Amino acid sequence: METFLTYTVLGIVAGAIYAITATGLVVTYTTTGVFNFAHGAVAMFCAFSYWQLNQQWGWPVWLCLLIVLFGEVPLLALYVEEVYMKRLFGASVVRSLMVTLGLLLILVGGAQALWNGTVQRSLPGYFSNDTVTIFQVVINYHQIITVVIAVLVAVGLRVYFRRFRSGIAMRAVVDDPELLSLSGSSPRNTSRLGWFIGFFLAALAGILIAPQLSVSGLDVNLLTLLVVNGYAAAILGRLRNLPWTFAGGMILGLSENYAAGYLPGHISANLANQIGLLFPVVFLFVALLLLPSARLRAIGRMVVAVPPKIPNLLQSVRSAAVFIVIMWIVAMVISSSIIGSVTQGLALGVVGLSLVLLIGYAGYVSLCQLTFMGIGAYVMSQVAHGGATWWGLILAVVVCGAVGALVALPTLRLQGLYLALATLAFAQAAYYGFFTNISYIPEGGAMAVGRLSIPGISTSGDKAYLVFVAVVFALCAIGILAIRRSRWGRKLVALNDSPAAFATLGMNAAISKMIVFAVAAAIAGVGGVLYAGQPLAISANDVQMFASLEIVLFVTIFGIRTVSGALLGGLAAALLPLASSHLPWWGVGITGIVAGAGISLMAAHPDGVVPIPWINEHLRIPGLAIPLKKKESIDVVA
Amino acid sequence: MSLREQTGARLNLEGISVNFGGVAALTNIHLEVFDGQVTGLIGPNGAGKTTMFNVISGLQKPDRGSVALGDKNVTRFGPARRARLGLARTFQRLELFGSLSSRENVEVALETKHGGGDLTAEGLLHRVGVTSDADRQVSTLPTGEARLVELARALAINPKLICLDEPCSGLDDSETRLLGELLRELASEGRGVLIVEHDMDLVLRICDRIYVLDFGEIIAVGTPDEIRNDPVVQSAYLGTVAPEESADR
Repeated sequence: METFLTYTVLGIVAGAIYAITATGLVVTYTTTGVFNFAHGAVAMFCAFSYWQLNQQWGWPVWLCLLIVLFGEVPLLALYVEEVYMKRLFGASVVRSLMVTLGLLLILVGGAQALWNGTVQRSLPGYFSNDTVTIFQVVINYHQIITVVIAVLVAVGLRVYFRRFRSGIAMRAVVDDPELLSLSGSSPRNTSRLGWFIGFFLAALAGILIAPQLSVSGLDVNLLTLLVVNGYAAAILGRLRNLPWTFAGGMILGLSENYAAGYLPGHISANLANQIGLLFPVVFLFVALLLLPSARLRAIGRMVVAVPPKIPNLLQSVRSAAVFIVIMWIVAMVISSSIIGSVTQGLALGVVGLSLVLLIGYAGYVSLCQLTFMGIGAYVMSQVAHGGATWWGLILAVVVCGAVGALVALPTLRLQGLYLALATLAFAQAAYYGFFTNISYIPEGGAMAVGRLSIPGISTSGDKAYLVFVAVVFALCAIGILAIRRSRWGRKLVALNDSPAAFATLGMNAAISKMIVFAVAAAIAGVGGVLYAGQPLAISANDVQMFASLEIVLFVTIFGIRTVSGALLGGLAAALLPLASSHLPWWGVGITGIVAGAGISLMAAHPDGVVPIPWINEHLRIPGLAIPLKKKESIDVVA
Repeated sequence: MSLREQTGARLNLEGISVNFGGVAALTNIHLEVFDGQVTGLIGPNGAGKTTMFNVISGLQKPDRGSVALGDKNVTRFGPARRARLGLARTFQRLELFGSLSSRENVEVALETKHGGGDLTAEGLLHRVGVTSDADRQVSTLPTGEARLVELARALAINPKLICLDEPCSGLDDSETRLLGELLRELASEGRGVLIVEHDMDLVLRICDRIYVLDFGEIIAVGTPDEIRNDPVVQSAYLGTVAPEESADR
């Protein structure tokens, strides 16, 4: 009984934090229409700021809370709203997701630059972790405070949204901002308030959760990820219902602790360290699957951007040949210290090509492509026993394709944001349940993989391997462009542009979705085999969530509908970490800086860098840039 | 005996009701569309016309009632399955494949299993009166022209029943006249045509039968002459002065 009560108390405390963070997500989503992927990063950044003031500089708790919650949070919310979010109203899911992913990378990069990751930091609980005993369970004051704050937040928000004019306006702004402005309220101010409350609750969650990380101390990635767990609770509240969101947080916290306590020994022993991290993502996946089918809606919006011109077969083969020659020259001239990163960048470019197919053409956001990359490498590692064979590649392609279709199967009903979250949950589940699970992958998640080669041509040298990977990239790019020119490619674009029209013409979106997921996963698997071939191994770190988010974001920044975007996105993801070691102290945050610049650019050029007309006219590199159609005037947009 | 054998209708709505929260969008709707006829659906803005189109095409599930296409009860069918049974529709707010050209928009539909036959994209675009370059990206077209592309795309699946939601908005007078002729022509080919339109001259000219919808309820059904002279319709929708001229067919 005592054990049960202990797990219950721990569950309620964890649930309280999930409830606070999920409530923040829901408030921002309902008032701005943007699901903030950076919510966890805001919590992390504010927790670090609090640590800086309180622990490093020794300022009193009340002053630190005042500065963080009522100084830093409003400034951060105002900055984010002014710089990134104000143009996002009514934007596509892809665009708004990318902006918040960019924000996540900015905050993570900023925190890494400001707070050296090698230093151990910890925050004490409030009242020095003094304890009381209730029903034979020892509870500290910090835990009690956490639960009390969660209840106050829930009650306070309920009253605010029902009784206060600005609260009612916040509920109305997403439904119809124009109508709201006619009633005398400012949609912009309401939206700012939405960001402020969301960030405030994120910061609160971060500050409350940080003292519980006594073992690992404050860790940028861990803090960001812990708050991600709140996603599941938010989904249970269907991103709009606050009482259900609160209940979702509690259910999640309790069931996570009961699972840790009562799962059969062999399972919990197997997942000893992962269960706290694995459970919320499985919960999220299941919660998403239980959502009612989204009604297919006529969106009444037409794509207005002029799409990149699709080169014909001859043009793409010619460009590919030029590209291979350029890469051969690059291989000859670059130093050996960066050749590995360039090769891995090209392999990530292959993964990027799978994103072009999936997001650029079909409009399905997948945040788990690096998981397929890892699975591809794993299959090769198993089949070729640490080497590489062409049979291994074929099997990797088949297995990845099958897993891709299996992931698509339960998510057939999901669209847009929900689909993105489901793929994120899958990526996290695969990471905690498989890639970091010593039962499957021993030796710290590292898998030995060899290099593929063509009979008679050795790829054991780094230069030769770079050229080999460039050839595979070029072949995949030709294939992707051929798909786009095909009837199926046209169907995918049609499905992306108007799912309602697609269905009312009698076409089956579900089959198209399964196939495109399978093909994209197979391509990512090829990327994985190539990627692992460079250092002759792949580890769990290579396929973790942040890496997946980075590649999606960079390909989108450079042009999610172009093969050049995939190439440049892949190269950026591989080369930026290398660049950081040659830069001063702020270099650690270079990924965040580039992400920030990228999402700012996307505000004016949603299609990314490559399709910008000026770049096409002035920086046309043979084999790299794809010419655009001559821009036509847009007379009427319905 | 099937519904179609009972009524001979291509489309049959029986007691359809749709509620959005506490608001009744449609209440106990009965409607029939016959092969070879143009049926009009008129009513003020917010009367429930587009909701009814969504119920017919499967984008909106009704809370009560049934939808039959020919002799099949399709109430539980999704939009794709209904389309394969010969139902096509256009949208009040354009739902074109904006990244594609006019030709590609039609070709996507032609390439479906049930689409096409001997039809070609050029032939269909020409038939509906699209005069611009078929390779022009469709989102750069003026609204009127884009609506015609949407109609050509709907025709590409060779429908037995075609539902058009305000097809004349954005068209000038001569284009509207030509479209009216086309709709009569489609009916004369044995297809059922259901049209929502605010252009009363056109509706009264080309329709065989007109339903008038107000606040989600059918308040009148009849021939154009009957509707024109119906006092309830006049007060609800047409205004007190009915069009004098009776248009030729």
